[in-house]
Amino acid sequence: MSAKNPEYDFKWCPGCGDFGVRRALEFAMQDYMVKYETPMANNVVVAGIGCSGNLVHLLEGEQPFGFHGIHGRALPISLGVKMGNPDLNVVVVAGDGDFLSIGMEHIAPQAARNLNVTTVVMDNGVYGLTKGQSSPTTEAEAVTSSTPYGKMEAAVNPLELYMAMGVSYVASGYSSKPRDLASYILQGMEHPGFSIVHVASPCTTYNDTYAQLKGNPSKGIEPMAWALPDDHDPTDRAQAQRVADRGGVPLGIVYHDTTRPAFEARISAIADRGEGKDVATLLSAFDL
Amino acid sequence: MAGQTEFVVRFAGEGGQGVVTAAEFVARAATAVGYHALTFATFPSQILGGPTWTQARVARDPVKSPGDAVDILVAFNDYAYQEHRVDVREGGMILLDPSVSPDLAAGERTIVIPFDELAKKTGESRAANMVVMGALSKLINMPLDYFKQFVSARFAGREKVITANHMGLDLGLAEMAETDAIADLGEPDKPGYRQSFIKGNDALSMGALAAGLNFYVGYPISPATPVLLYMERNLVGEGKFAYQASSEIEAIGAILGAGFAGKKAMTATSGPGFTLMGEGLGLAWMAEIPLVVIDVQRGGPATGLPTKTEQSDLMQALSPAHGDSRFPVIAPGSVEECFQAGAAALNWAERYQGPVIVLSEHSLAERAQNIRKPDLGAVKAERRSVYTGSNGYLRYEAAELSPMPIPGGPGAYVANGSEHDPYGDTTHLPRHHIHMTERRFGKLALLGDGSYESKRADASAVLMPWGGSKGSGEEAYALLEAEGVEIGWRYTMFLNPLPPALLEELREKELVLVPELNYQGQFAGVLRSLGVKAEALTQYTGLPFKAGELAQRVKDRLGAGAKQAVKV
Repeated sequence: MSAKNPEYDFKWCPGCGDFGVRRALEFAMQDYMVKYETPMANNVVVAGIGCSGNLVHLLEGEQPFGFHGIHGRALPISLGVKMGNPDLNVVVVAGDGDFLSIGMEHIAPQAARNLNVTTVVMDNGVYGLTKGQSSPTTEAEAVTSSTPYGKMEAAVNPLELYMAMGVSYVASGYSSKPRDLASYILQGMEHPGFSIVHVASPCTTYNDTYAQLKGNPSKGIEPMAWALPDDHDPTDRAQAQRVADRGGVPLGIVYHDTTRPAFEARISAIADRGEGKDVATLLSAFDL
Repeated sequence: MAGQTEFVVRFAGEGGQGVVTAAEFVARAATAVGYHALTFATFPSQILGGPTWTQARVARDPVKSPGDAVDILVAFNDYAYQEHRVDVREGGMILLDPSVSPDLAAGERTIVIPFDELAKKTGESRAANMVVMGALSKLINMPLDYFKQFVSARFAGREKVITANHMGLDLGLAEMAETDAIADLGEPDKPGYRQSFIKGNDALSMGALAAGLNFYVGYPISPATPVLLYMERNLVGEGKFAYQASSEIEAIGAILGAGFAGKKAMTATSGPGFTLMGEGLGLAWMAEIPLVVIDVQRGGPATGLPTKTEQSDLMQALSPAHGDSRFPVIAPGSVEECFQAGAAALNWAERYQGPVIVLSEHSLAERAQNIRKPDLGAVKAERRSVYTGSNGYLRYEAAELSPMPIPGGPGAYVANGSEHDPYGDTTHLPRHHIHMTERRFGKLALLGDGSYESKRADASAVLMPWGGSKGSGEEAYALLEAEGVEIGWRYTMFLNPLPPALLEELREKELVLVPELNYQGQFAGVLRSLGVKAEALTQYTGLPFKAGELAQRVKDRLGAGAKQAVKV
């Protein structure tokens, strides 16, 4: 059940990383509203299909608008919402299967346009809702319900992919640190362009990676999550690329290109080209 | 056949030889002085070259179809000559490029004209078409001045071009010194009303704009690309957006998002793209998002016949998505109706808050025609019922249509493609699925305002074409009427929902004959499912019906029916 709708019966499993991501998104939207004095109604959360997409029904407190669409197509829908009304603060929530498998074709075009939406990817390395199939970020050789002899594909490194596609803001985080995540999401909302906050969000049922993320230094197990060095400069592409290439789960803002205009700015810059293009004038161009 | 008041001229050759523009030039020049004309075009699916042909039908009176037989064939190469000579009527004329060596059949009349060589004499090598027009003017007994005036107006201010083109016209005419006219349109009878010369795709675009379209995202695909290009150039300015997407899947997603955000959103595509949009259209139906998708049909399935005409997407238009749905479909039957369909589709989408499909087709989309100028004053742009109350609204609670909240305003909800409860949260409970299914279907009742045409209301058999077969159907019907054949006429572009009174009338008929360009007889099948005794007259050549052939098939069917009745 959700706080606002006792009849709603979808539940995340106990300990699911998505709880932390939800909290982080709530923080970020609240912070954004206070900072920019905008109403909650200006926030639109566009969700894909999967455990992650159900976040849009589980938000607590004052409700934003939501669009819970079809598998893999959250980005195209967000393109329409944002360009339909550029004043809206548009957030996409998606999972690794939704975003990096069926939906991957949509990342590069938004990056090329620098579409001004903020995407929060909940990466649990597995298809949870359909019960444990391998996803693009599942490790190679992993045995899952759909890879009985081990996964035969290499795992995708999402951060390298985003860098290669030209995403202008790339952050990486961990679902157990919602305050930090909220900060990355808020900065993504403030970034005038395409932002992705990629979050390691473990699935306690099919792919529980909490132990690996935290590691166990006393036993010599390096944590998968690692803090960016204090002097990391996200505006330096070469540094960002090295962070992305290293793998694991870096914690922080990996890349931030502040030099490109947002898509809506480019569109509004040609608004004057529409002068004299009222319907009557356009129709008269066909006069015989 | 001197004295006939219309002619069909066909230009056939390679893409890039000026074939594409020739028919439009004839039609423009003729309509400028007051004749009526329409063009028909079929292009190869390649950038340069490939067999291409276009034709123009020009007449004193309004014309509705590309025409049955060719009066004058202009063949720019041997392939074109061999391919198209069979369509030239007895007594017709073939103008040939010198590269063609005719193997004359009995009664065939050809004249070789060195188009390119004469064009070079004018100093403007692109004037080859003018040489053709000059020769043509003699064959159709049209004063050369009509063409000259048109050239002067078209290239106003570019004296060199005008002089060269006028010279080309003179040289062409001189080639025909020994040849008599084969048609005579007589003096033009210029209509008293204001006219537009426009193609079907542009008319659709204008209709949508007239109804307030302000958001367009599309992906290039023949024969729908002209809509995208028109919008990108003209749907520009504050609050407007037109853009090329990375795929049809992105295009449908984008207009879903925009419709949700309060815009009047549309895309145009053809068969393959329409298939890709299926899942998104299901989402629009489910989440109740207003939007319009134009499917400019071509031959299918798969890549099919990208540059030919067909009416084979009707079943998909009615049910583009999986699951329980039935989509509103408007199929214009003429260039004028393309304008009306564009406007009506936008209005329907806003009125019932859901997706609307417009089924155009290649032959209409590329048809350039003089039409009565669309009356913008007659288009009433309908506005969505927008929610203005306080928060806590249950967007999907009502049994029928309810005001729609718009992001930024009150009434935040979740637009959901999963079955949902009144708020928009996902549910699997039977009572919600029953409620929402009935709500979605019930809204279609708001779309019963479609108009229809009726002639000889009492006849027990009726002819009822749909979409782009309307023009051929009308001309076939006129032939049948002239012969005194007992048959009525019904037509509507509102295929779903059908105008309720029309459906009642059709159910009373003994036989409803449906000419349609597909193998299965798709619309006839739909009508039968609605309790109408419908039979299809099908054709699947990639080309439109010829009126004469269609009239004959109707007579054959009625005759066979009569014999059967005697037997029984």
